[in-house]
Amino acid sequence: MSEFRFNEEVILMNLEAADYTEVLQQMGENLVKHHYVKDSFIPAIIEREQEFATGLPTAGVSVAIPHTDAVHVNQKTISIATLKNPVDFVIMGEVSETTPVQIVFMLAMDEPHSQLELLQDLMKIFQEGTFLDQLLQTDSVLDMKKQVTEKLNLSDFKGGERL
Amino acid sequence: MKQVLVACGAGIATSTVVNNAIEELAKENGIKVDLKQIRIAEVSTYEDTADLLVTTAMTKKEYTFPVINARTFLTGIGVEDTKKQILEELLK
Repeated sequence: MSEFRFNEEVILMNLEAADYTEVLQQMGENLVKHHYVKDSFIPAIIEREQEFATGLPTAGVSVAIPHTDAVHVNQKTISIATLKNPVDFVIMGEVSETTPVQIVFMLAMDEPHSQLELLQDLMKIFQEGTFLDQLLQTDSVLDMKKQVTEKLNLSDFKGGERL
Repeated sequence: MKQVLVACGAGIATSTVVNNAIEELAKENGIKVDLKQIRIAEVSTYEDTADLLVTTAMTKKEYTFPVINARTFLTGIGVEDTKKQILEELLK
């Protein structure tokens, strides 16, 4: 199992994209560039999103949590992008109803069934609308990293034990 | 004991969270359940034994057992209603 790593390089601010495919493409390319995922991750995550949408209306701004199978992942991380303009994602569990997403949490995970606490902490963020608003207003990658690290207790992660 | 299927597209991310939430819900209420965390594509394998499907994925198919949408476990919006629905099915 790889270590969980959360660095500035996986945070993209004010990403510009016309649709969700472009969002996934750009975020995926960034993860490929930094060797977190294999090339195959990009088509896989786009295909998965088309089949099983991950848009989530929350108490605050809408988010999306695209993810795909572990075989495409080298290094566990959560890539975060704030979108310059909201992009429509189909809502999880719906056929065609969309929600205007402003923050994307792309999950690159390599061990099925083993990231419960991290996922639960992430869902807690979604349930506190104010934190998402705060993230959107953040103007530096370092600051965003700090906020998310604290919120998800990522500083506790050493050698991926917590996952 | 009721068999409850917990399914998402990949069977790794959102179903993990939902599976845990149902486990806790059942424990709090002193109910024993047979939970199966699966991919939505695997549901048909359990067609004859399942009593309930709780899923975050879209299902176009009709099943012989009830289907409950579990998105509320991820967003918190309306989660109490979802829990109530699940409990009702478990207590039937």
